[in-house]
Amino acid sequence: MRKSFKLDEIDCANCARKLQDELASIDGVDAVSVNFLTQKLTLTAADDRFDDVLQRVVARTAQIEPDCDIVC
Amino acid sequence: MNKKQRRWRNRIIVALVIFAVVMAVEQSGLLATLFGTPGDVYASFVLFLIPYLIAGYKTLLEAARNIRRGDPFDEAFLMSVASLGAFAMVLFPLTEPHMAEGAAVMLFYQVGELFQSYAVGQSRKSIAAMMDIAPEFANVEKDGELTQVDPAEVTPGTTIVVKPGERVPLDGVVVEGASQLDTAALTGESVPRHVEPGAGVISGCVNMTGLLHVRTTKPYGESTVARILELVENASEKKARAENFITRFARVYTPAVTLSALALAVIPPLLGMGAWADWVLRGLTFLVVSCPCALVISVPLSFFGGIGGASKLGILVKGSNYLELLAHVDTVVFDKTGTLTSGTFNVVAIHPEAGVNPDYVLSMAAHAESFSDHPIAVSVRAAYSGEIDQAKIGEVSEESGHGVSARVDEHVVLVGNDKLMAAHGASWHDCDLKGTILHVCVDGAYVGHIVIADVVKEDAEAAIASLHDAGVRRCVMLTGDRKDVAEAVAARLGIDEVRAQLLPQDKVAAVEELLSAEKDGARLAFVGDGINDAPVLMRADVGIAMGAMGSDAAIEAADVVLMDDHPSKIAKAMRVARKTMRIVWQNIVFALGVKILILVLAAFGIANMWLAVFGDVGVAMIAILNAMRCMRVDV
Repeated sequence: MRKSFKLDEIDCANCARKLQDELASIDGVDAVSVNFLTQKLTLTAADDRFDDVLQRVVARTAQIEPDCDIVC
Repeated sequence: MNKKQRRWRNRIIVALVIFAVVMAVEQSGLLATLFGTPGDVYASFVLFLIPYLIAGYKTLLEAARNIRRGDPFDEAFLMSVASLGAFAMVLFPLTEPHMAEGAAVMLFYQVGELFQSYAVGQSRKSIAAMMDIAPEFANVEKDGELTQVDPAEVTPGTTIVVKPGERVPLDGVVVEGASQLDTAALTGESVPRHVEPGAGVISGCVNMTGLLHVRTTKPYGESTVARILELVENASEKKARAENFITRFARVYTPAVTLSALALAVIPPLLGMGAWADWVLRGLTFLVVSCPCALVISVPLSFFGGIGGASKLGILVKGSNYLELLAHVDTVVFDKTGTLTSGTFNVVAIHPEAGVNPDYVLSMAAHAESFSDHPIAVSVRAAYSGEIDQAKIGEVSEESGHGVSARVDEHVVLVGNDKLMAAHGASWHDCDLKGTILHVCVDGAYVGHIVIADVVKEDAEAAIASLHDAGVRRCVMLTGDRKDVAEAVAARLGIDEVRAQLLPQDKVAAVEELLSAEKDGARLAFVGDGINDAPVLMRADVGIAMGAMGSDAAIEAADVVLMDDHPSKIAKAMRVARKTMRIVWQNIVFALGVKILILVLAAFGIANMWLAVFGDVGVAMIAILNAMRCMRVDV
């Protein structure tokens, strides 16, 4: 399943790149892209684990970029 | 500016004012008279710390958080180290104090960050405005009353009402009313389109004059407007080589500069090459230029802007990578029908035999062909201005691939090509015009022929000329037409090479052959009308589909989609692509050049921190402003 979310307050392009690198290494994430310009996070993960993976992605994002919210 | 940015700006202004006051106080020598020496140094240390903390406390906190997380190569961390390091120089009693630089590094860093945030927000907004084609509601008639509903809730087959001034919310067919539609937002075309009952309408157009009742044909998610928006939004995910280069570069640049800074601060003094303070300061200066932000922001921003600008012209580019490829196209291959010619046939000439009225030839042909759906028959009927009297027409027999024989007014009429004439033993003669020749024979006597040709688009010739101007080496035309017909069209349009008499399946092979003849680094673009040419569109380096208003297949298979059917848009797309690439490389060369220059100067102790701050935020600002030029397309 592939789904897009809006990212609030992602202010620095280099941070977005790093966030993407970090999120990609999370277990269960098949593909993830953090688009700094469109402020969009696109996550691809297996259907049955999607919610679980999304939760981990949200938690990791909060850790790396505390200012940045994922709007589901 | 949003609320957060306004607060940020106010904080920076307060810090800047205090900084200026402190600078003035320090320069006036007031501190020395008040606190003596070295008391004045400590006093100014404390005073400079005030604007420093006001402007930078958030950055310092973020840096602390990053240390806890174990990620030292973060911009906030490096800026904090550089500025705190400058303050810490006060510990070396024999060197000049550097508190002013420390505070300045943080202040200007904040100014730069705020500017970046603002500039990026602005370009996001202007691209969003450019793409502001999403309809907000659809008027659905229910029990005689109009209600506004979300377009996503309207099912295909519903009749909706579009008032003048409103945007067409869904693709559909006009069932009642006539109006002019403004398609500018979709196609870049300023001439409005006239629609009346039976005509298809595309979501995203603006209804200008009359009230329209439209029966929807697609759900919102599959409508033109939704597909365009999705396509443009996702375009930045397909990264260009230049972007990937920057991403890879950014990964190594910061660690490399940071490690060099450490080496510079520690190794020379250990080798006894000078004072610690001097080298530590040079190392700190390195840290200030260690962020690759100017590149990481400006390069994707340029592509984003280029794609946004192109879409304003009705050119949808499906990814930054295609924009990059488009800039290097030197061969453009056209599938003739639908790109250079409109794909509709027209009667271009009627050549009656001596003593025969041309209207008689046309009338006979139109009557004989009156039951056929063949495009040629349609064009003959379209050219005939008189009434077709069905009662006059007797038995009709169609001879596939050759023509028809029919009984009209008790005459035996033959209409068709050479083979039909030969088969019936009629005499006929050739024509000097190029095109499809339709011979007409009545009761065994040849009365003349009608010349039918595919209509060449108005701007086709100009399109080829502007492609050559834009540096395209060869324009190739593929067609199923006879060789002489194809060559006549090609000569008229200025096409360099023709492949005629191709069957649809030969087109892939033809493109493959042309591809293998390409020089290194040169690219081939294929232009098709999106009908039955998906394999070729995919095989070419850049597949361009045109006339895509409403054609799903074309939008799917192509890399670049032209919303209208003007071939002249191809050269425009190339110009946008080239401009974008030029700006991208300007930024890469400029930002890297300045940073490397500052690094070298800093290593030799020539560049100070003030210059390094410019190398960081100044360069980023200039690169962003330059990148924003990509959005402006006035070709």
